[in-house]
Amino acid sequence: MEMPIPDPDVLARKARVVSRLREVLPADAVIDDPAETRAYECDALTAYRCPPMVAVLPSTTAEVSEVLAICHAEGVPVVPRGSGTSLAGGALPTADCVILGVARMNDVLETDYDNRFVRVQTGRTNLSVTGAVESDGFFYAPDPSSQLACAIAGNIAMNSGGAHCLKYGVTTNNLMGVTLVQMDGTVVEIGGAHLDSGGLDLLGVICGSEGQLGVVTEATLRILHKPEGARPVLMGFDSAEIAGACVADIIKAGVLPVAIEFMDKMLIEVCEDFAKADYPMCEALLIVEVEGSEAEINDQLALITEIAKRHNPVALRESASAEESQRIWAGRKAAFSAIGRVSDYMCLDGTIPVSELPYVLRRIGEMSKEYGLPVGNVFHAGDGNMHPLICYDANKPGDLEICEEFGAEVLKLCVEVGGCLTGEHGVGIEKRDLMTYQYAPSDLEAQMAIKDVFDAKWLLNPAKVFPLSVSETRRKTAIAAE
Amino acid sequence: MNTESEVAEAVKAAKGPLIIKGGGTRSVGRPAQGDLLDVSGLSGVTLYEPGALTLVAKAGTPVAEIEAKLAEENQRLAFEPYDLTGLLGTSGATTIGGVIATNASGPRRIQAGAARDFALGVRFVDGAGNVVKNGGRVMKNVTGYDLVKLMSGSWGTLGVLTEVSLKVLPAVEASTTLVIADLAPAQAIAAMSAALGSPYEVSGAAWIDGAVWLRLEGFANSVDYRADALSTLLASHGEIVRSDNCDWTRVRDAVPLHDCAHVWRISVKPGDGPAVIAALPDGSHSMMDWGGGLIWAGRDAADASLHAQIQSTVAGLGGHATLIKAPETLRASVSVFQPESTGVASLSAALRARFDPRGILNAGLMAA
Ligand SMILES: Cc1cc2nc3c(=O)[nH]c(=O)nc-3n(C[C@H](O)[C@H](O)[C@H](O)COP(=O)(O)OP(=O)(O)OC[C@H]3O[C@@H](n4cnc5c(N)ncnc54)[C@H](O)[C@@H]3O)c2cc1C
Repeated sequence: MEMPIPDPDVLARKARVVSRLREVLPADAVIDDPAETRAYECDALTAYRCPPMVAVLPSTTAEVSEVLAICHAEGVPVVPRGSGTSLAGGALPTADCVILGVARMNDVLETDYDNRFVRVQTGRTNLSVTGAVESDGFFYAPDPSSQLACAIAGNIAMNSGGAHCLKYGVTTNNLMGVTLVQMDGTVVEIGGAHLDSGGLDLLGVICGSEGQLGVVTEATLRILHKPEGARPVLMGFDSAEIAGACVADIIKAGVLPVAIEFMDKMLIEVCEDFAKADYPMCEALLIVEVEGSEAEINDQLALITEIAKRHNPVALRESASAEESQRIWAGRKAAFSAIGRVSDYMCLDGTIPVSELPYVLRRIGEMSKEYGLPVGNVFHAGDGNMHPLICYDANKPGDLEICEEFGAEVLKLCVEVGGCLTGEHGVGIEKRDLMTYQYAPSDLEAQMAIKDVFDAKWLLNPAKVFPLSVSETRRKTAIAAE
Repeated sequence: MNTESEVAEAVKAAKGPLIIKGGGTRSVGRPAQGDLLDVSGLSGVTLYEPGALTLVAKAGTPVAEIEAKLAEENQRLAFEPYDLTGLLGTSGATTIGGVIATNASGPRRIQAGAARDFALGVRFVDGAGNVVKNGGRVMKNVTGYDLVKLMSGSWGTLGVLTEVSLKVLPAVEASTTLVIADLAPAQAIAAMSAALGSPYEVSGAAWIDGAVWLRLEGFANSVDYRADALSTLLASHGEIVRSDNCDWTRVRDAVPLHDCAHVWRISVKPGDGPAVIAALPDGSHSMMDWGGGLIWAGRDAADASLHAQIQSTVAGLGGHATLIKAPETLRASVSVFQPESTGVASLSAALRARFDPRGILNAGLMAA
């Protein structure tokens, strides 16, 4: 993966930058010892690593503003970081950058049940947002599988989704306001506890902008009352085609489950080993979850199982207890770590129209043979967001390259059938160079115009999202302008 | 104008400002000057996949046509777009481009989401005549920046929408409304907050003609169950009557205010609804939607200073007030949309300057 050459001028000024940062932050919040900056050398896309020049851990919006103002004045690139669980290399440093981690900013600032929102500092983890309100019966809906670790900061930057977003939407649908610190240190409040924007929807653009428009330090999030109950049903089928047809029929019947998750045989095996959820062994497994009161759950499941039966399932089992439901979900949510225990893997994230699922899965199977690398599939079937997991051997020279080429072909296929490169993980560095397959030059130009407006010097996470060749003139001009 | 490339040519060739016209139902905003750019000819549903819950239509397609198509498959636009023709006394058919460009969402906004949440992709022509696409036709997409949201609610000031793709949802088997009559605004908020903070999935919470309406939708058994449960929960708030013929388009389209010469659409946090209403001068009419978070306020007589006063009350609370209906002379002399903080205003102005460098698209409609 090509990254820009570190700016020798910036590297030469490291001592000065560090001392300026020490003037505005406590001593333990500025990390420049190479032994310690290593801790920030990668995110969850571990194939790529590069320690940053400096890492800072501010505790307040005011400190973030001061850090950014200094970096802006010094012309130092800044890579914002939440918990470092990005699978796209979104938080990957460059050797000349300051990593700005928000991990110390994890307070709940306001909880308002009457108006159904919480305001938190963005270093707070996703699960602990729900943790702060669940004793009162509320929850924060977006639930990425990484929710124990990932921060709201990263969720906003990536517009993360989760297993239950079929019903509740992804981050952008649950985000009401942010405090954004721009690269020059300006602090802007966008949105708030009210709905929708009275002017241009800047909030909508900031969500999903991968840390390139500003550093988000606080967020107002919509919370909901928990449903009375929820229950998953497991359905096994002989082929992905049949499972796909069943999904389409469920949706067409007017039931909208909270989640419809798919796993193929490879994933069923590794997840079963991990979670002991007693998954049926079959070619294609669906986990379909519905919510409501006991009677509502029974009604919906009756309809869903009736539809499933028309597709000759090889297994059909409702969860019999809260404990069993918990294991069923634990297995699904641990899918990536479970496969990580048996192999190195690359996780793709393309989305396709649901109707194309059988075709795309078949093509991926064929490509797996061509490239000689096994693939497991686990994904959000209700919305077509696929996660092919390509297994490779990091210690075998050339294997990563073959895996990446294979991955790129799969993503191009997703675009070809009417889908997109990434449904929830973001572009980062991983899909950066494929952007031209999905977008024409004028499409990318319009997106880059937004970055020009928010970050004229292109200092915030500059090597991500846009192919380097496409962003080159802007990055160079911005540096030369100093 | 019937095609996207014709729109692009027209924008490129424009010598001065353009007024973008879809169905022509929205004479809203500061009156813009310029030549008419009529996009109602870009019409028709180009793709509809019920099993994937997606529909793609050209921007000039009438919403009624889309809703009729969806109804055939027992689906719907869940964000319940409102229709301003009655309020504004305009004629013409609301188009899907107009709905997305104004982020027009009805009562179900609080449960299902806004128009912007159901827009999956857009194609548009920017102010320089470039054709741009963003998003797509799949339900989850984080590939690059989200210009779909930026275009939703930009009132044609950043680009001329030529095509939108939408997420649609199943229609429901049953719908019912619980009514609690004769509540003052603060009591109404208390009842609506209790309902919306319950697990019963209220899909509409309004205060209209002095009564609270709470809507429940879904499978018939489930609606019955939740209507009972919610009635029990809310017993202390007043006498609860279940009605299956409440007309929610009255709420959606602010029907009780149709005769007012001046109407504001105000978004605040729900608990602030009563404060907004209390600050209105005598002789004002008001109703609330979105559990109190959306206030429609109307009156016959109004002037620039009253308008400024309303916007400053709302600014103090956090939110925004738009003067949705007023004579042209008043709209020409005030800030129709809520004035923004310096930071937001300068970012917005810079974005407009990039997307429409000549300042010709609905120039001045949102901001002078
Ligand atoms: C096992 C596993 C399972 C996962 N499951 C899911 C899933 O189900 N759904 C899903 O959507 N994702 C999933 N992910 C991906 C990842 O967890 C998400 O992208 C998450 O939102 C990243 O959050 P983070 O705090 O770790 O961000 P980081 O990795 O630290 O950063 C991610 C991006 O956010 C930017 N950023 C960080 N902080 C800020 C800030 N304060 N202001 C502005 N920009 C900032 C960074 O620059 C970077 O571009 C999974 C990852 C793993 C490892």
